[in-house]
Amino acid sequence: MWLPAVIFLGVCMVIALIRVILGPDAPSRVVGVDTINTMVVVSMVLLGAAFEQVIFVDVAIVYALLSFISTLFIAKYLEKGKF
Amino acid sequence: MAVNVITYICIGIGCFFNLLATIGLHRFPDVYTRLHASTKCTTFGAMFLIVAVMIQSASVWAVEGISSPQSVLTLHAFIAMACILLTNPTGSHAIARAAHRSGIKPARAVVDDIEEAEIHD
Repeated sequence: MWLPAVIFLGVCMVIALIRVILGPDAPSRVVGVDTINTMVVVSMVLLGAAFEQVIFVDVAIVYALLSFISTLFIAKYLEKGKF
Repeated sequence: MAVNVITYICIGIGCFFNLLATIGLHRFPDVYTRLHASTKCTTFGAMFLIVAVMIQSASVWAVEGISSPQSVLTLHAFIAMACILLTNPTGSHAIARAAHRSGIKPARAVVDDIEEAEIHD
């Protein structure tokens, strides 16, 4: 039930990665990375349900918060040109 | 049986909206419209996929009783969903503001309200 959804999300991540590689300017790449981050969090929760390991869901929570912080710092760098 | 049907419907909706987000990332012309497509569709799709996990584990929790290990899975999946719902729109707002202040114009736009507001201040 869960593994086909995880494989589908992996295909979506590869398609979004093409945008990260092609992206004409820096904010477009950041948008692609942000999309991939959200999909990684969701697939970690789905894998935690598939293998019945609660630790995967805990890792997903920490990953969501850390990717939020990294997105904020990249946005600050784009805005001012320095940290 | 009804729980499985509801779970499959939620997984289908979630996967469909994540696919829409990646298609929108490729079809739209500039940063702001890409952000519009990807952020809203991934937040909605992630919400439905995590709700599917919560429904499935909560049904096992209701059968096995209060001390089931599935209770931890249900509550932690809810916390993960709350984290995504809080952080995803905030991050996209920060990216959009940084893109506008770093000088990127929207494609084919004729009116820029933010720039006019900053001039009048």
